Order: sequence, then C-alpha cells, then structure tokens
Amino acid sequence: MNIDLVMCSEVKSISGDPGNFEVSLVNHPRYIDPVKCTGCGECARHCPVTAVNQYNMKLDDRRATYIEYAQAVPLAFGIDTDTCIGCGLCENMCIAKAIKYDDAERESTLKVGSVILSVGSRGFDPSGLDYLGYGKYTNVVTSEEFERILSASGPYFGHLMRPLDREEPKSIAWLQCVGSRDANRCGNGYCSSVCCMYAVKESMIAKEHVHGELDCVVFNMDMRTFGKDYEKYYLRARDKEGVRFIKARVHSIIEVPETGDLIIQYADEAGKMKEEVFSMVVLSVGLQVQPDAAELAQRLDIKLNKYHFVDSDPFAPVATSQPGIYTCGVLQGPKDIPGSVTEASAAACLAGAELAEARGTDIPKVEIPKEMDVTDQDPRIGVFVCNCGINIGGVVDVPGVKAYAETLPNVVYTDENLFTCSQDTQDKIKEKIIEHNLNRVVVASCSPKTHEAMFMETLEACGLNKYLFEMANIRNQDSWIHSKEPEVATKKAKDLVRMAVARAATLRTLHEKVVPINKQALVIGGGVAGMNAALSLGNQGFNTVLLEKETELGGFSRKLHHTIEGADVQAYLKTLVDDVSGHDKIEVLTGARIVGFEGFKGNFATEVALDGVDKKRKIDHGVFIVATGAGEYQPKEFLYGEDDRVLTQVALSDRLEEKGADGLDSVVMIQCVGSRNDEHVECSRICCQNAVKNALHIKKLNPETQVYVLYRDIRTYGLLEDYFTEAREQGVIFIRFDEDAPPDVRSASEGMLVTVKDHILQQNVEIRADLVTLSAGMRAEDTDEMSQIMKLNRNPEGYFIEAHVKLRPVDMPSDGVFLCGTAHGPKLITEAISQAQAAASRATTFLAKDAIKLSAITAKVDVDHCVKCLTCVRSCPFGVPEFNINEKVIEINEAICHGCGVCASICPRQTIHLSFYDDDQIMCKIDALLEAEGT
Amino acid sequence: MAEFEPKIVAFLCNWCAYAGADLAGVSRLQYPSSIRTVRVMCSGRVDPMFVLEAFKDGSDGVLVAG
Repeated sequence: MNIDLVMCSEVKSISGDPGNFEVSLVNHPRYIDPVKCTGCGECARHCPVTAVNQYNMKLDDRRATYIEYAQAVPLAFGIDTDTCIGCGLCENMCIAKAIKYDDAERESTLKVGSVILSVGSRGFDPSGLDYLGYGKYTNVVTSEEFERILSASGPYFGHLMRPLDREEPKSIAWLQCVGSRDANRCGNGYCSSVCCMYAVKESMIAKEHVHGELDCVVFNMDMRTFGKDYEKYYLRARDKEGVRFIKARVHSIIEVPETGDLIIQYADEAGKMKEEVFSMVVLSVGLQVQPDAAELAQRLDIKLNKYHFVDSDPFAPVATSQPGIYTCGVLQGPKDIPGSVTEASAAACLAGAELAEARGTDIPKVEIPKEMDVTDQDPRIGVFVCNCGINIGGVVDVPGVKAYAETLPNVVYTDENLFTCSQDTQDKIKEKIIEHNLNRVVVASCSPKTHEAMFMETLEACGLNKYLFEMANIRNQDSWIHSKEPEVATKKAKDLVRMAVARAATLRTLHEKVVPINKQALVIGGGVAGMNAALSLGNQGFNTVLLEKETELGGFSRKLHHTIEGADVQAYLKTLVDDVSGHDKIEVLTGARIVGFEGFKGNFATEVALDGVDKKRKIDHGVFIVATGAGEYQPKEFLYGEDDRVLTQVALSDRLEEKGADGLDSVVMIQCVGSRNDEHVECSRICCQNAVKNALHIKKLNPETQVYVLYRDIRTYGLLEDYFTEAREQGVIFIRFDEDAPPDVRSASEGMLVTVKDHILQQNVEIRADLVTLSAGMRAEDTDEMSQIMKLNRNPEGYFIEAHVKLRPVDMPSDGVFLCGTAHGPKLITEAISQAQAAASRATTFLAKDAIKLSAITAKVDVDHCVKCLTCVRSCPFGVPEFNINEKVIEINEAICHGCGVCASICPRQTIHLSFYDDDQIMCKIDALLEAEGT
Repeated sequence: MAEFEPKIVAFLCNWCAYAGADLAGVSRLQYPSSIRTVRVMCSGRVDPMFVLEAFKDGSDGVLVAG
C-alpha cells in the first residue's frame, strides 16, 4: 500500500514550498493503540457507560469505548473521554493490551511534496430556524438523520420508523432548501446541489421500506435534478412511484400533540393557503463548511469565498490560492459524490504532476507471500456466510445455512460474519485459511461483480492462489428479491451454497500473464477537456497524442465569450492552445479521423486518417481518453430559423459582444428548449446559468432593457445561485411555466409576441420582445463511426457511459479507457477542466506502471486433439483465435482473449478449455443443484 | 395438491444478465424463487450439453440470458 493513514490528527501549520512542504500535526490521543487493537469489540461490550451515538445522528446509543461503524478503516476502537468514567474494565478485558489510558496529545511533522485539502462539510443545523420545529417536535428530522433511519446499520436496523413512537409513518414530507438558497434566515445564499436528488432517493427508498402505502411529498422551489440521467430518476419518482412534488416554501410546521403528526401550512403557487398532515417531516438540509474547516484553510492562508468554500479560479477549479495546495469535494463548492470523486482525481493529478520526477521512489514494495502448492491436495473448503448487517441475516436463516454448509462434501470449516467484507473479517478469513489448511474458499454474501476481486486478494495475501475462490450470491439474488419469504430465501441460499461448494472443489490454481504497458497516451478531441487531459498527461511526463477532427483546437468553447463569473474564455483558450501546442510531450494532430483500432489495455493501436495526407498514421498507445465533446441543439421550436429575431443563447452572447444591448427594449428567454421533453428527457445542466449570465450581461449593458426568463425549474446549482439572486435584484423577471403549457411565440411587425401562463397571476400574459432567446440544450457530438470502431458504449442521448456513476466517474467500462468533458454529459467549462484532469489522473495510474497482470480467465487450445476445423475462428466475437499457417495450429492470444468461452462451447471436439469456467466447473453446479433436492 | 413450483436453471452472462439480476436485487424487485442462477462469462459459453444436463437432472426449464 502506498497510502499512510494518520488518524485523530489536525494540521497545525504548513511551511516550505511546493515539492518540499513540512506539515506540523497535532496528534490527538485515541487511548487505544490502533496497531495493537484487533477490532474484536470486547472493550465496548464490557464498557458500562452509555454515550450518544453521533454516527447515527444521536438517534441511538453507543459505549464510551467505541468504533464509529463496522466498516471503519482502520478497524480500531477509541475511547471517548468526555463520557469515559475511567473504570478500567476495558483495560482488563483487552487481550491485545491495546488500551492506553495514559495516551496523550503529541506533535509530529510530515514531509510531503503537495497537499490536498478535502475537509468537506456537514449538514446544516436547522435548530435555529424555529418555524420548522426541529428539536421541538420529535418527528421532524434532518435528511442526515433520515439516512441513518433508512440504513441497515442505523438506529432502527433499516426499519422505517418515526422517532417519537417507533411507528411506521403513513406519510412523509420533505422540505427542500433548509440551510440553502436562504440568505435571509441562515446566510447561505448558495444552492447545495445535492438535496433535490437525495430527497427523491430517500422518498423512493422509504416507499420501498414500508409495508403498506406511503405518501411522499417533496416541497420545493425548483427541482434541481441537473446531473447525468438525474431527470429520468426524478420522473420515475413522480410518474411511476407516485411521489408528489409541490412547488411551495413551507410557512410553518405545527405538531398535533395527541398523535405526534405534523401539520404543514404552505401557500400554493396561486397564493392560496393550504394545510396537510404528515406522520413525519424530513428537512433536506444543505451542505455547509464547518467553522473548524474554515479556520484550517485560513491558517494555511487559503483564500475562501464569503460562504467559506475555497475561492477558486473557473479555469483552475481544484487549485487554491497557495501554490502546491489543492482542494476537492465540498470544500471546493457544494457537489455530489460523482463530482467529488472526479475532483479528488483532478486534485491528485495536479498534486502528482509536481512530483512526477519523484514518482514511485517512496513506495514500499508489497510482498505477496509465496504461493502454497495445493495441486495434489484433496479439497479442504472453508465456507463463510455473511449476514451483511440485516441485508441477508434479516431474511435468510444464516446460522441454518452455516450449519447446512458443514454437511457438504469437502467442507472442513464454516463461519458466519456480520460483514464479511469488513477488514476484521478479512483478517479472520486469512487466519482460518492458515489454521485449518483451507485450500478452497467459498463466501456466501453479495455479488461477485462487486466483491470477488477483494476476496481474491485476501486469499493471495495468505499464499493461496486467488482462483481457488467461489461466491454464492445470497444477497442481491436471494435475500433482496425474496425479502418477504424468509423460508424460501433460506432454501435458495442453501442451494446456492451447495452449488458454490461443488464448484469450489473443481477449481484449479491459475496464474496471470504479465504484459508490458506502452507509456504513450492518446486523447480524442481537442476541446477544453481534451486539451486539459493532454496537458495534464504531458505534465506528468507522458508522451501524448491529441486528435482533433476539425482543423483548429478549441471545440465548442471557441463560440463562448465569458463564464458566468466573468472569466474570459477566449483568452484562456489561447493560453491553453499555446501550452498544448508548445508542449514537448504533446503531439497535436488536427483534421484527424479514426479509421482503425485494435489492442487492449496497455497496448492499443489506433489508425488515423489525416486531412490532406494519403498515408494513414498508426499510433501505439497504452491508454486513451475520450473527449469528443458536445454542441448546442439546433431548435425546431418557437419559429427558430423562420424569424431572425429568435436566436439561441450562444447567438445572443455573440450579439451582445458585437453590438451590445442597444436597441433592445425587451428580451424574452425560454428555457428547456430541446431538453426535458419527450424527445430528449434529460436536463442540459448549463442552460439556466447561461440564461442568467446573458440576462445579467444585458442588464449591465443596458439596465433599461426588460428581460424575462420563462422557465420550468431554475437550476442554478451550487454557487451559481448567487447570480440568479443577482439577476432578480437587477430586475430580470422569472416566470415559471408548466411543461404541459409551453409559451406561444408569434411574429408581428412590432416585435415577437410571447404568451405564457403566469402561475402567480393564474392567467395568460403577453410579452412583446425584440428578441426571443432559446436556451437550447446540449447535444453530444456525432460519434457513431468512432464509437463503433473503438467499441465504446453510449447512452441513448449519445453520451459515453462511465464504468460507475459514483465510484468510477471518469473510467469507461473497458480498462485503460477514460472519459471527460461534454462527451460524458452536459457540463460547464470549469467542470470539464476538473474532469479532464481527473481522467488524466486515472490514466496515469496505468501509465505509471511498467506492466499489468491480465486475467487468467482465458481460453486454451489442446493442440494435440484439435482438428483445425476453424469453428472457433469463425465463432469468436472478438476474432481472437487464429490459424498459424507455419505451425499448423490454432492459437489464442490470451492478452486479447476476453474469456467469454464461446469457442469452448462451440468446439465440436471439446478441445478448447476456458480456465475457471471449464466444462466440469459449470456442470458440477447443475448437478449439485438438481441432484440434492429436498433440502 | 400443492401448486406446481417449477425448477428453472438460469445461465446468466456475467456482463449483462447477471448484472441485471444483481440490479433487480438492488432495486428490491420481488420475483418467484424458482430460479437458480449459474454465472458464465458469456451466454455463448453455454454449451448445449449444459442445457441437456439440466433437463436430465430434472430441471423443468432452462433460461439462457445474455
């Protein structure tokens, strides 16, 4: 491992320069030595003191000797001295002698080259907002508390109950924008960006957790589901799950003393007062930088904005005002998990670039113990059955499954665990493998798709070949789908364990091939994202080829003038193009089109046709980054193209640059043109801020011009909200219209006539406008040909699909392929830059290695029995098997074999074997399932 | 007579159908428990022999999804 965790510590000061910092730390006492602590929990079990459990948002208790949660890293306990009475029981109980009552505060220093500040935020505390009744009415909870209530490891073990009487609620109201978008009552003028989505999520999960009907209502000003695929999720909640969304800011909450129910009073859009009663109210609290985090930043002389987020440059989003110190996550600005993970990689990219020369010099070598030879041993199988909190144990009779596993052939050890994936269980599995001479391991828990690799590492770490492992999926494919039928689920779990045990006995030791990595990178697309990716890779010291299909670099940004913050896009672009073009590690190819592609992670070869050049160019590269971009939708609506007084936001900003706002008495902007409709369901994310940006620009040029923005939900997320507020202060008029009643636009000699139904007036208003500006959404670039050649997946909107929305937001599903910019989905320049740096960072994790290990799941030909019928050659979907004319044999290159096994199935002589999924290793599962009926 | 409960062996492709079955779990979709899955790296890995073996052993149905 090349990560050192320094826990319970605070940064006092940082001195020195980038590349050579000295960090002074205060190490607070933990009172339990984390090295000696085994995480067994005996200390906590014997601790007589009850303390409030902060992790579960004070909804339940813990001991004074405690660990925050079961999966904590490092898995070591600590003593909360505020509540500890010093009785000494834990010290007496601890076999590991880890308790240190005399532990004291220490000081230490660290030498580092770069620093990343990611101290995050906490939820807003609504105690001060008395109209919400938080702290007064027990059934009013914050969204953070509600998350814990829904959690299997939470205070109610995942059963949805309200705190007052532990009854299942019949109805729940979510109140949005508590501690956000509220400069008056709490000073937080910004939008927290995440609350709309988590409220939708919580309402859907709540509906799933209850046993009967549950009425869910989300009171909001605007629903801000602006992320990739978020709109679809919102619509699913609204249209399929029946979650109600009401546009209102709640006036007050009053408890019904007899029942604990809560009366919500609100004014509807027409201004009429309404009242509804709910069993429970959830306050969707916003994100807020904590005072100690702000103090730390100030101590390090890092400039913060008025809300205490890092004051960053739109073109350098993760840099701080201190060179060598970077930031990411919510400290940078309010954002969700995908954004935070992306920025974390971006910060790592910049931090790493400064240290590129020293890369790898401080990394301790990981010693993998010598592999035990188990070839001639009879199978000795260990079965570990997981409770997964209550996810499995709450449905399946886990002790019963464990007892059943004991009766199966070759099983010599069984165990059950609360969380088999937790660090302590991993250690226990290692212990048991050695103690009982296990040579096969079966884990019955969740899905191999998510956890197989981790368990395989555990085997490797104690000298057992990782392919001597099998999982039984008794959570995703059992307890979760048969949650109302415990008996049936238990029977199925036993079947699945029996099948897994049968297969485990047939597993054989396999070894992975090591292939070298080509250290050159390819970046496809020369817009802001592509150029930043190339620049970041170049700065890390890797040769990079940047492809652009146009004759000039810049992409869509060439059409933009300023960001909403006022930063000059063209000036930035010029610097960026110069930096990229002049970089000695970067080669730019313009007028380039991809015509051929082959290879695999670490060893790709792309063929490129260049304008005006006859000969095609072949580029060898180890990784590639897709940054093909997006453009503005060309509207078909609202007389666009028919009347030249109707234009898009991009064209309007051109006009404002060229001619100013002279002669404009009135401008109408229409939002969601080509977005959030049947044809294109998703939100285009950037159009609301675009409208606000141009509206402010008009007001600046000519304060007399009347600007109307006709919108459905204003989605000026994060710090963009301030500009929305400013626009309203400047007199820009925002009129909400309904999706079913879009504005009507007509041409007339005196101007464009726009009719829209005003929700507050409840009647149609007609506005005369000199210009009608359409906030046209974004459309992915046409990548049909390129995505087919390179076998890359896109979503129905034409945006490329990432490997995992939250955990791997800039990786693509194929190894060695990364994604950034608007090719991934609509986003702002600032976001495209951090994403590009993130993609470069992820690519660096590949390029920094000299070689990679390939999967051992590949097909092998038994050449002695092969009759060269070529059926495999014809059948392989990847064209891997080849007939070697000289040797007269069929060859399968295991470096490009995908391990699908089509050849193994189709071979008429059964001379092709797929490692890990050989015939006997599949057949035994069928036999085990069906031969032992009646369990 | 008890209601007929078929025994179905399902061969699921690791990359799509198996992932789909996992997702069904994540989405808490509830469906009958008559199915037992066998994970394969591709539905193309399902040798006709496996299907015959399943029927021979007494399976009432075989599902190949990928």
